[in-house]
Amino acid sequence: MKRVGEVKSSNYLLTKFENLVDWAVNSSRANSLWPMPFGTACCAIEFMATAASRYDFARFGMERQAFSPRQADVLICAGRLPFKLAPVIRRIYDQMPQPKWVISMGACASTGGVFDNYAMVQGIDTIVPVDVYVPGCPPRPEGLLYGILLLHKKIKGESLFDAVKRREEQPLDDKGLRLAPETIDEISEPFGNSVHQFRSA
Amino acid sequence: MSKRVVSPRTIELELATPGIDAQGHATRVPLTADRAPAEPGLDEEHMLVNIGPQHPATHGVLRLVVELDGETVVRCIPHLGYLHSGFEKLGEYRHYNQIIPLTDRTDYLSPMSNNIGFALAAEKLMGIQITPRCTVLRVIACEMSRIISHMVWLGTTSIDLGAFTPFLWAFQQREKIYDLQEMWTGARLTTSLTRVGGLLADIPDGFVEKLRDFTKTFPKTLAEIDRVLTRNAVWAGRTQGVGTLTADEATNYSLSGPMLRASGVAYDVRKDKPYLGYETYDFDVVVGEHGDVYDRYLVRLEECHQSNRILEQALDRLPDGPINVDDPRVILPSKTRAMTDMEAMIFHFKQVMEGVKAPVGEAYVGIENPKGELGNYLVSDGTAKPVRWRIRPPSFINLAALPKMAEGHLLSDLIAINASVDIVMGEVDR
Amino acid sequence: MIPGALREAVARDGEPIVYVARERLLETMKWLKETPGQDFDYLVDVTAVEFRDKERPLEVVYFLRSLERKADLRVKVELNPSEELAVDSVWGLWHGADWLEREVFDMFGITFRGHPDLRRILMWETYAEGYPLRKNFPLRGRFSRAEQVRQALNANPEAHYSMEELSIAEASDDLPDDMRERLKRGERGVIPEPPHE
Repeated sequence: MKRVGEVKSSNYLLTKFENLVDWAVNSSRANSLWPMPFGTACCAIEFMATAASRYDFARFGMERQAFSPRQADVLICAGRLPFKLAPVIRRIYDQMPQPKWVISMGACASTGGVFDNYAMVQGIDTIVPVDVYVPGCPPRPEGLLYGILLLHKKIKGESLFDAVKRREEQPLDDKGLRLAPETIDEISEPFGNSVHQFRSA
Repeated sequence: MSKRVVSPRTIELELATPGIDAQGHATRVPLTADRAPAEPGLDEEHMLVNIGPQHPATHGVLRLVVELDGETVVRCIPHLGYLHSGFEKLGEYRHYNQIIPLTDRTDYLSPMSNNIGFALAAEKLMGIQITPRCTVLRVIACEMSRIISHMVWLGTTSIDLGAFTPFLWAFQQREKIYDLQEMWTGARLTTSLTRVGGLLADIPDGFVEKLRDFTKTFPKTLAEIDRVLTRNAVWAGRTQGVGTLTADEATNYSLSGPMLRASGVAYDVRKDKPYLGYETYDFDVVVGEHGDVYDRYLVRLEECHQSNRILEQALDRLPDGPINVDDPRVILPSKTRAMTDMEAMIFHFKQVMEGVKAPVGEAYVGIENPKGELGNYLVSDGTAKPVRWRIRPPSFINLAALPKMAEGHLLSDLIAINASVDIVMGEVDR
Repeated sequence: MIPGALREAVARDGEPIVYVARERLLETMKWLKETPGQDFDYLVDVTAVEFRDKERPLEVVYFLRSLERKADLRVKVELNPSEELAVDSVWGLWHGADWLEREVFDMFGITFRGHPDLRRILMWETYAEGYPLRKNFPLRGRFSRAEQVRQALNANPEAHYSMEELSIAEASDDLPDDMRERLKRGERGVIPEPPHE
């Protein structure tokens, strides 16, 4: 637990300037995250259900869904990402101004899901850096809300005065990749039952 | 037994809505060279504008490249494939029952309908006859799917055309059906309801009462939506005469479902090639007249009423009995029997390890999905995994008519037309 | 009875199947559509099937329906993979075949002669791995995952508008130079040859 300050008497509170600034900045960032809904497939429908009246994420500050990336804070990739859509999400992520975060909603966005084949990106973290992974196929609206709250917690733990800059831009390297090729191959390897399901007959 | 939807065309004549002349035909900007020259000072060149693939109004990852003359769409070229997930390839590597969860994810707005379509094709291929209780439960599932799909369509189309409130009403009704789906299958959206030869599970206690309550309260929401939209000047002005397709064009473009019926062709798979006993239910086929966006809206709204009717009849006639066919080579035995009886254990082992083998041959079954005719074509070579699984995607084929419908209309009409096709990109791209 | 029919069969769902020779396909389809008494005015689907048994030829399957007579017919054309995989397009008879044939081309590599715009539809135009639904195409693709990510990120959809779209943009003056060059040369960009098996 970060020690924010001490109460010296009932008239004043002693704290550090950094804590005050961080508290103000992080609270405003976290409590008013405008999502960029990059909805592709079934998770997009659960995203819409989370936005509708029963689960309503407007209560958590996401009142305005920013369909333009220039005005968005968090990119929520809801749904599977085929290779044809990969340059599109990278471009949209690059168009978002700092500070920006990414929530990978659903199993397909996180690891490729049931689609371990030629057409599917095995996890959007091979293309954009991800902050929160929400598992599920599709995740229940409560699951997505929990993921959003985890992101709030992460944002409130950040600091403007960090020695390590966490909010730096991470462009693609000269080969056009975000991670080293060996890393991409390693995290895309089939696991679990997928390992046995390579025979056609 | 088809029901003509009567579209109140007198509205636009009173208000002189632009876009429709006195005979009720759409006034389109003619594409011939001898139209009136552009105003002096304005450029004559056409613009190429890209809409999507990430766009709130394209209903998924669809990319439209439009050639614009001012604000008139001269040509519209759709680009697909942004959600291509390799379903058909994946199906060749999975047993028949393992393909059922994949079918949820093609048309994710009406998942139970997709499950049923595939199961019917697999059962046709294997020559399995399902039980009476399973038949009626599948009809209930199909009609529930039709209602939720049309509610999404209604909600998103009204948002596209500027009305936000029907979206919330429609999604509230969807939540009620989602509760029922969750009671039955355990999942709100990816239901995986059917198995080859039967269902995942029988309906739980309280399901019938809750569904009956839904059928009583649902028409009230439909009446509210009807009151807000149908005779609304803005809605009628934006949708009448827009995106018209004649019956011949619709047939030639292989459209199906509400798109085809709104153009006047009375073709409904449930009536013409009945499955699951639909010939014994009393319902009307809803047919439109003009084939524009307004008629498609009326057709879908009325189809929700007809689905409600079918649901009530199905609930009344739900018979008792088993839901799974009594064939141990196809249906897994119960756990107690598999653990205690040797023969049952062997059947269980063979089904799980090898899968259910289908005889050599092929089968195609088309069902009336909310979007159109969903067909599943299965070709088998005697093994447990199909040689070819082809989904005949209604949204893909309906979308191919978009360039034809959009020519000559304005850019905002293009959004209305795109919404009226009722596409779901998971099925378009598979 | 049907001109051009080689042999007939019945599917497991009871529908009749007719095998037609490749050269006579267009003539047979025209006959089926226009003869009174046949009236197959509705094309349900066009697809292709490749069997695991390498001895069997590829089949292009057409599902036809007559809405009036409520009758179905399945027409198949067999293609030998050692020969050129090409067949005539039925777009002129049923416009619904437009995208369906493009998809068969994209997934199997079967060319449809006479199709107005035969391009890939589900994969991107410069997709280099081949034709996905062929049996010699592995499930996870031919390249490593890193290579697939790299090729996907470099695909640059904006650089590959079709000829039709480029000619629209050419009418205005601000077409980028490389696209103008491509238009002059009449090429659609570097579309790589898929690897031969």
